Amino acid sequence: MVAQNIAFGIISGIVVFSALRMVTTRNIVHSALFLVAVLAGLSGQYVLLAAEFVATTQVLVYIGAVMVLFLFGIMLTKAPIGKSMEMTGTQWPIAAGVALMLGAVILYSLIDQFGSDRLTEGGKIYRTADVGDEVFSTYIIPFEAISVLLLAALIGAIVLARKD
Amino acid sequence: MLLNQFLILGAVLFCIGVYGVLARKNAVMVLMSIELMLNAVNINMVAFGFQHEVVSGQVFALFIIAVAAAEVGVGLAIVLLLYRNQTSIDVEDFDLMKG
Repeated sequence: MVAQNIAFGIISGIVVFSALRMVTTRNIVHSALFLVAVLAGLSGQYVLLAAEFVATTQVLVYIGAVMVLFLFGIMLTKAPIGKSMEMTGTQWPIAAGVALMLGAVILYSLIDQFGSDRLTEGGKIYRTADVGDEVFSTYIIPFEAISVLLLAALIGAIVLARKD
Repeated sequence: MLLNQFLILGAVLFCIGVYGVLARKNAVMVLMSIELMLNAVNINMVAFGFQHEVVSGQVFALFIIAVAAAEVGVGLAIVLLLYRNQTSIDVEDFDLMKG
């Protein structure tokens, strides 16, 4: 368990640092690349939690597809590439206060509620086949619904973005 | 490993995402911060699934990933449309409904 704790510490350090840089950097492309670092780190955390399929999907869908979409969005909206002073609004101190207060409340309730609960060791590990079985039996209706949602989002995005 | 390690990491990321949504001016940056918040929720799902030895946590995380992908597709299309109409994606410029 020591090795896992060390891995957790290193990955969380990278993730939190990248997330902070992502919301503070002045360069929007750097911001997107820091988001890639956050997503990759979270994929590592899923591996630590023995969720191999979620980790793979995270890499394929987020880093592979969503980030490309974001980079296209940045290019097509002609955001100023390079340093720009105008990335953060004047209300940022209020935003920071809101985020800090929210964080304090969540952290207090988490520590109060879960204190030092340990993760189950040597428990059942669910592999990709188990996830597939569950999706196609218990969660078959939500799965179909999400398929329709993705199709609707695809058509909606094309209708919205196309030039008449 | 403690359960709280993962929950606190998720909470910290969620708060950073909230800050990004509120403080950033660029609409694409706001969408990216929303992705950060969705990911913070995902790590809670997987951690609780591991803790209680159920597979539903992973299934819910997968559903959230799918919904996030749909959301970002439509969101970026809307941002593109806003840019075409106003030649700006600064969220402070969109105040047509301000009283």
